[in-house]
Amino acid sequence: MKDTFKHNIKETRRTNRKLLSIIGSYLLLTVLALLFIAPIVFMIVGSLKPDDLVLLEAGTLKAFLPEKTSFQNYWDVFERVDFARFFFNSLFITGAIVLAGLLVNSLAAYAFARLRWRGRTLLFALVLALMIIPLEAIAVPLFFQVTLFGWRNTYVAQILPFIANAFSIYLFYTFFIGLPKELEEAARVDGAGTIRTFFEIIVPVSLPVFASVTILTFLTQWGSFLWPLMVTIDEQVRPLPVAIASFQTLPPLQWGDIMSFGVMMVAPILIVFLVFQKWFVEGVASTGTKG
Amino acid sequence: MASVTFQNVNKVYSNGYEAIKNLCLDIKDGEFLVFVGPSGCGKSTALRMLAGLEDISAGELRIGDRVVNDQTPQQRNIAMVFQNYALYPHMTVRQNLEFPLRMAGLPKGEIQNKVIKASQQLGLESLLDRKPKQLSGGQRQRVAMGRAIVRDPSVFLMDEPLSNLDAKMRTQIRTEIADLQRQLGTTMVYVTHDQVEAMTMGDRVAVMRKGELQQIAAPQDLYDRPANVFVAGFMGSPAMNIFQTQLHQLENGKLAIHFGPQTLTLDPAIVNRYQQLGRYRNQTVLAGLRPEAFYLAHTDTLIDDCLEIEVKTVEALGHEVIVYAEPPVDMIQAEDSTSGDKALYLIVRLPSSPNIHTGTKLRLGVDKTKLHLFAATGEAIA
Repeated sequence: MKDTFKHNIKETRRTNRKLLSIIGSYLLLTVLALLFIAPIVFMIVGSLKPDDLVLLEAGTLKAFLPEKTSFQNYWDVFERVDFARFFFNSLFITGAIVLAGLLVNSLAAYAFARLRWRGRTLLFALVLALMIIPLEAIAVPLFFQVTLFGWRNTYVAQILPFIANAFSIYLFYTFFIGLPKELEEAARVDGAGTIRTFFEIIVPVSLPVFASVTILTFLTQWGSFLWPLMVTIDEQVRPLPVAIASFQTLPPLQWGDIMSFGVMMVAPILIVFLVFQKWFVEGVASTGTKG
Repeated sequence: MASVTFQNVNKVYSNGYEAIKNLCLDIKDGEFLVFVGPSGCGKSTALRMLAGLEDISAGELRIGDRVVNDQTPQQRNIAMVFQNYALYPHMTVRQNLEFPLRMAGLPKGEIQNKVIKASQQLGLESLLDRKPKQLSGGQRQRVAMGRAIVRDPSVFLMDEPLSNLDAKMRTQIRTEIADLQRQLGTTMVYVTHDQVEAMTMGDRVAVMRKGELQQIAAPQDLYDRPANVFVAGFMGSPAMNIFQTQLHQLENGKLAIHFGPQTLTLDPAIVNRYQQLGRYRNQTVLAGLRPEAFYLAHTDTLIDDCLEIEVKTVEALGHEVIVYAEPPVDMIQAEDSTSGDKALYLIVRLPSSPNIHTGTKLRLGVDKTKLHLFAATGEAIA
C-alpha cells in the first residue's frame, strides 16, 4: 500500500515535470515565432493603413491590428513608380538564374559525383573553396569585367555571373553521391547514354534537391541589392530591391506605400517557398544524411 | 542467344588490387551458369565486366563471335537484374518495362506488344500502372526480370537477385527464374553467394575464390568431386568436416587414415577413385566427411568404423537433426584451409529422433565410401 502510494507520487511528479517542460517549450517557440512573424505582420498591416497611422501606431499593439483597411497604398505605388517593370525585371533575372543554375550546377555536380576524369578532385576542391568567398570580395573585379564586355546596364550582367554557384553544386553533389549507382548502371545496360540517364533517371529522382536549390537561389537572388545597384543605371533593367531603395527616398515619404511595396516584393518568395516546401524539407533532410 | 567466353581475363583496380586473376571460362549458348563464392571472390566483378560496367584490364571477353572488351553495355545486347532491382522509382511498372525498348528506338506499337507479352509471362498485367514503391519485394523482383526479358537479349545477367527476399519468396522466385530460363532458352549468368541457389539453379556452377576460378562443373559433380578443400567446404550445407591426418598402410596391406582414436580403413571404392593415392602413403593428407556420411551405428557396425561423440548442440529441422559435437581431432575451416583456423565442431546430419539432445552420447558409423581425400596443399588427390 505504502509502496503504491510512493509510486503514485513519483508518477505524478514525473507527469508534472513532463507537462512543465512541454509548456516551457511551447512558450519559447511561441515567443520566437512572434519575433519572426512580427515584422511581416507589421508590414502587411501597415500596407493596409492610411499613411499617417503607420508611424503613429508603430509603438503600440495597434501596429499589428488594422482597424480600417484600404488598398489605396497599393494603387499609390503603381501610380508613383513603374512597379510592374521592376517586378518583371526581378522575376526575369531571378527566374533565369534559377533555371539556368539548376541546369548548369546539377550537371557540374553530376560530373563531380559520378564521372571519372583527370583533375576532378582538385577542381571540386576549388569549387568548394569558392563557397567561402563573398560577392563583396569579387564585386569590383567582376564590375570591371562586366564593363569590359560592355554588359553594364543589361540583364546579362545581372544573370550570367550568378548562374554557376558553388553552394548549389555542393548541394547537388551531396545528393547525387547518395543515390544508388545501380540506377545509373541499369539505365546504361538498358541503353541510355550519360546525358539521357541524367535527364530521364537522375533528375526525376532528385526533385527534393532541385526544390532546395530553387528556393535557396530564389531567396538569394530575389533580394540581391549590391550587384544590381553597381551595374544598373536605368530603371528599365533594375530589379525590386534597388527600386525599393530609391522608392524609400522618393518624396513625399509615405510609409504606407513603402509597406505595400514591401508586401508585393515579399509575396513571390512566400509563394515559391510554399510551393516547394515539401520537397525542400525532404531535400534538406536527405542532403544531410546522404552527404 | 549467344555463348560467352572469358579468355585469360584479368581485372586490376587502380590501387593494384587484383579482383579477377586470369579467368578462363566458356559458357555455352543457352546455358545457365552460376558464379558462386564468398564476399570479395570476384564473382560480381566478372559479371559486371561481362555487362560492360567494369573495364577489362587484360584478356579477351567474347559474346558469341564478337569481342566485346570495348563495347558499351547497349552494344553487347545483354540485360541485367540487380541485387536491389534498380527499378526506376519515378516510373510505373509499364514505363520501367518500356524504358529499354524506348532506348533501343523501337516503334510505339512494337514496344506495347513486347511489354504486354513480358507482363503476361511474369504475371504483371495487373501491376502495370503501379509505381515500384507500391509493390512487394517479390513483385519488384518480377518487374526487374520483366525489364530484362522484354528486350530479348543475347545473355541475361543476374547479380544476387534474390538476396533481398524472405526465405519463402526466395525459394519461389528461384524456381520461377530457372523455369523462365528454360522456357526462353537464353544464356544466363547468375551470381550468388548462396550455394543452395547455385546447386539448384545452374546447369553448371563456377566456384570463385579471391579472384580465381576454383572449379567449374555440374552441381552434383561439384558436390561429389570437389577440386579442392575450398570447394568441398563451400558447397554443401552444413559444410564438410575436414581434418588433417596421415595416410598409412596397415599390416594387411590396406590403406587407412586415423580419425581421432579411430582407424578408418579406406574402402576399395575410394582407393579406385583416387588413383594417385599410393603416392601419398605415409604423408599428411586432408580428409573430408560430409555431415551425411555419418549414421547411427547398428549393432553389427564394425568397431573400426565407429565413432563415439557427445552432442554439444542440436538443430532440429523436423525431418532431420544437425548435431554439433566435440571433434575427435582438430578440424579445419574448409572455406579457408590456408588460414589455419580451426572448426569448432564435428557436424553430423542424422534422421530426426527425440532421443538426441545436448549431452547425449552417440555411437556413429562412418560411411567410408563418402570419404574425400585432398593433398596437404588442399588440392583433391587425382
